[in-house]
Amino acid sequence: MFGYAIRRVLSALPVVLIAVTACFFILRLAPGGPFDGERALPPETLANLRAHYNLDLPLIQQYGIYVGRLLQGDFGPSMVYNDFTVAQMLWIGLPFTLMLGFTAFVVGTVAGLVAGSLSAVNQNKLPDYVLVMLVMVGLVVPNFLMASILQLVFGVYLDWFPAGGWKPGSLQHLVLPVIVLALPHAGRTARLMRGSMIEVLGTNYVRTARSKGLGTRLILARHAIKPALLPVVSYLGPGLSYLLTGSLVVEQVFALPGIGKYFISAALNRDYGLVLGTTILYMLIILAVNLLVDILYAWLDPKVRYD
Amino acid sequence: MAGVTGKDAVLTAYAQKLETLDAPKGRSLTQDAMRRLVRNKAAVLSLFVVGFIVVFAFVGPYLLPWAYDKIDWSAIRKPPNFEAGHYAGTDQNGRDMLARIMQGTQMSLIVALVATMVSVFIGVIYGAVAGYFGGKVDAVMMRFVDIMYALPYILFVIILVVIFGRNPVLLFVGIGCLEWLTMARIVRGQTLSIKEREFVEAAKAGGAKPWTIIIRHIVPNLTGPVVIYATLTIPEIILTESFLSYLGLGVQEPQTSLGTLISFGSPVAETLPWMLIGPAVVLVSLLLCLTYIGDGLRDALDPKDR
Amino acid sequence: MKFAQILKATATAGVIAMAMTGGASAITLNMMNGSEPGSIDPHKASGDWENRIIGDYIEGLMAEDANADAIPGQAESYTVSDDGLVYTFKLRPGIVWSDGVPVTAGDFVFAFQRLFDPKTASDYAYLQFPILNGSEISDGSITDFSQLGVKAIDDTTVEITLEGPTPYFLQALTHYTAYPVPKHVIDKVGDGWTKVENIVSNGPYTIKEWVPGSYIKSVKSDTYYDAANVNIDEVNYFVQDDLAAALARYRAGEYDILTDIPSDQAEWIKTNLPGQDFFAPFLGVYYYVINQEKAPFDNADLRKALSMTINRDVIGPDVLGTGELPAYGWVPEGTANYEGVDPYQPSWIGLSYEERVAEAKGIMEGLGYTAATPLTLQLKYNTNDNHQRVAVAIASMWEQIGVKAELFNSETAVHYDSLRAGDFEVGRAGWLLDYSDPSNTLDLLTTGIMQDGAMNWGNNYGRYSNDEFDGLMKSAASENDLAARAKMLGDAEKIAMDETGAIPIYWYIAQNVVTPTITGFQNNAKDIHRTRWLSKAE
Repeated sequence: MFGYAIRRVLSALPVVLIAVTACFFILRLAPGGPFDGERALPPETLANLRAHYNLDLPLIQQYGIYVGRLLQGDFGPSMVYNDFTVAQMLWIGLPFTLMLGFTAFVVGTVAGLVAGSLSAVNQNKLPDYVLVMLVMVGLVVPNFLMASILQLVFGVYLDWFPAGGWKPGSLQHLVLPVIVLALPHAGRTARLMRGSMIEVLGTNYVRTARSKGLGTRLILARHAIKPALLPVVSYLGPGLSYLLTGSLVVEQVFALPGIGKYFISAALNRDYGLVLGTTILYMLIILAVNLLVDILYAWLDPKVRYD
Repeated sequence: MAGVTGKDAVLTAYAQKLETLDAPKGRSLTQDAMRRLVRNKAAVLSLFVVGFIVVFAFVGPYLLPWAYDKIDWSAIRKPPNFEAGHYAGTDQNGRDMLARIMQGTQMSLIVALVATMVSVFIGVIYGAVAGYFGGKVDAVMMRFVDIMYALPYILFVIILVVIFGRNPVLLFVGIGCLEWLTMARIVRGQTLSIKEREFVEAAKAGGAKPWTIIIRHIVPNLTGPVVIYATLTIPEIILTESFLSYLGLGVQEPQTSLGTLISFGSPVAETLPWMLIGPAVVLVSLLLCLTYIGDGLRDALDPKDR
Repeated sequence: MKFAQILKATATAGVIAMAMTGGASAITLNMMNGSEPGSIDPHKASGDWENRIIGDYIEGLMAEDANADAIPGQAESYTVSDDGLVYTFKLRPGIVWSDGVPVTAGDFVFAFQRLFDPKTASDYAYLQFPILNGSEISDGSITDFSQLGVKAIDDTTVEITLEGPTPYFLQALTHYTAYPVPKHVIDKVGDGWTKVENIVSNGPYTIKEWVPGSYIKSVKSDTYYDAANVNIDEVNYFVQDDLAAALARYRAGEYDILTDIPSDQAEWIKTNLPGQDFFAPFLGVYYYVINQEKAPFDNADLRKALSMTINRDVIGPDVLGTGELPAYGWVPEGTANYEGVDPYQPSWIGLSYEERVAEAKGIMEGLGYTAATPLTLQLKYNTNDNHQRVAVAIASMWEQIGVKAELFNSETAVHYDSLRAGDFEVGRAGWLLDYSDPSNTLDLLTTGIMQDGAMNWGNNYGRYSNDEFDGLMKSAASENDLAARAKMLGDAEKIAMDETGAIPIYWYIAQNVVTPTITGFQNNAKDIHRTRWLSKAE
């Protein structure tokens, strides 16, 4: 299995490199540069700045320097944030983004599974209609809208939770951001769970069990939940990567110290180093999640061969 | 972006079912499916609502006293006023909200359609080629799709916008170019099973070129998945567009879109609620209905009951 | 390794922070500070959100009082030579950095040399270019730093020599580019001196904690000479980009001060948070530039017609809803060193709006532009709710005189890139004065200079050029008599505005919201409010 994992990692590296290369050159094609602020800088200052960040060298040479540094684990300097290197900023923001993403993942998955099962068991009855409707609303309301509504209602009117910000170790500050982030994930999970549960409940062996007079709860626990979970499990990998990369808006609205909002401001400010750094980190996270899921799958299902 | 409504997961499951069963059988299938769809009340109701929204967006503007870009200097940020003809109030520039909602709905529908068509086109061609030729070609092409799946989409969309500026057409062609992966997978699976069938074999024996076979015999058999895919992709793209609008990367004024309207409306939800409620109601009902229709179609075309 | 350290540091800091907030004794000010600080090194900063932090922890020779006027800071007193060229500052006795090392004249000399050093690549070094040889050192034509016009006569005396008389120089010294930096720390750790573990301060506060993306925390410095009169014990400068969310957090009691407000909420704040709105004009002009290198925009009459048609009276109160005052001239009212000059008024100021439109229409028809054969132009602005509103409104006003404006928004970097490249017809710009002096805005309209075979237009995006204007600006720069200087600058303003060298639209308004428990917050023309002047009732 180790060989398999290593092969997977190795085959992923060229992907990362290609993506980095594409990003590097595409970013430079974009109009505007990191020093195009509201005010024109005197040419001497601009020249000083460009020299400071090697931007005066030919593009291909800059690329060489960047990749060379990258291979040594150095993401280079940020062109807007002078007091930290890109690597430092990412290292500080990453734990938060991961924590936020994983918390939302756990909360969303559990909520989704419960809602989906309840819905399936009560198929075409009132609880089903209500749940399906709720799930759909969670899916289709844009998250920035959901975030500002929750912030206003629970942060300002009811004053139950902090309306934003983050204190290390404070669970309260996480409640609203996690709900906003988890809702669509819960919705997707619930949709899948409902579908596969209905299918399982319609199979012959569940019908047989029912005809034998077994209670719904027992049938669910013994026969239905496990097979119904299978298609859901295969979705959890992409779901997790989606949550980890999807926290941009939540971080922005709730003013949280994750890496998501760096990406946006860096792309708009043309902070080349920070955009590339964030992109690479996100790709590595997704690759790691995918790898983890594949290995987990292989371990769960001996039929899958490592090739 | 990929999978905002869980579309990819739903469709992948569907495609796997298709692969394990016989290929679909043309007309009788369509009639069968239509009958089943009509029985699905939620889907039928949704169809009517979507139809109504489309008419509202494209015909509505002709019935209004105000154009979407016309400023009424006497009514800046005013609540609904029937006498002045501002049935849904005005925005901060004194433009009629109802007219803007209609224009925004038009814009959202158009960009979603364009992006969906682009992604369906690329996906069908890519998947059909991979599936038809099989072997090494297939392996390489599908490995590429796997790789693309592992890229952080939303980041690439933002980078694309940064480069293309605010041109909606370019932007949504760009998004379409990133959305085709699931379609390619489904089509490939379908093609693999169809190409073994007699009529394809016969065509091959008759000396038809691969291209002709793909277009004549394989693509027409893909109607089911394509329709489902498209209905589920449109809401996703509308949501993506609203996300970009929130970041300030939406369409150029005076044009607008549902996402832009909502992102302007949500900060003033308390003070100017009419700026949020209208567009939010249209967006949410449009997306809800499209999702219901997509689900209805999937159930109607479900191969397992055949 | 590093990761673990950072985690540990953050965690400890968090525990300390919580322990501190647990104790009732510390008076904490929570300030919504806008964007993430790019740097808290005074030589590398460039925004007002950085200034708020820097000005609380470092103090220059001159400091700002609650009205943002220049008062002696680290300098106890100063003398100016009769020709206005040499300033001699006497430092306060006993001033120290927060690690106990004395602040000396050498720290100031070192700081100015570092500011102009091309290797520092300081964005705003040019604000101190009045200092002798500052610009030459910055562009590398002088490499001997000892030729800079900043000298230490002894440990407590700083002598600054200028290129020419500069009436606003004392004010310029309150800007963070003129702040001292701790030579003894920088010698040891280099540019890393702003890291929390290295940083020292000579101002009222010391940086205690920095969580990127979240907040910076400063605590009161006991070594500050005026510490006895500093009331607030801790300041948290919060990073908060989403303004609607900022207001929500203010209402939830999480912020004491908002330094900006979301669009359209001004009215709401005035009604629902009475007495908490601190909206006041400050020195800045919001304007449109017209690219005068492109026909037909080189025609002054056409520019005048465009300017006349803008109904400035509806933009501030109605379109923006904040009540910005209409701007017709180029120098904000209340700017210092402009005594005796009446605010500029265009010749058409007496006309009603309808009459203005009629006259402008006549001008445009004379040039061949009517509703049927309109002048099509592109109006560019950087992405922002307010800029968009103004652009939409103005485009609609121009429609009346046969001008069809296409709107085009892009992010700040792209927008200013195209303005500088001259790739625009009409574009939005704004200028907040660096110091209260008319030359600071009027310089925006001076002809560019030839450099390395290309014209460098600097901030004169519209490329307005008038020899007489340039001549007046030049003679004003070397004029030592304030009244005569003001007259020259006033004449220059009249020339440029009579030709509509750019279209001023409104004067900026500072939009602070301050909770009632805070006292000492004064509206002022520079919108600078140092924490040392504030107090908070528990």
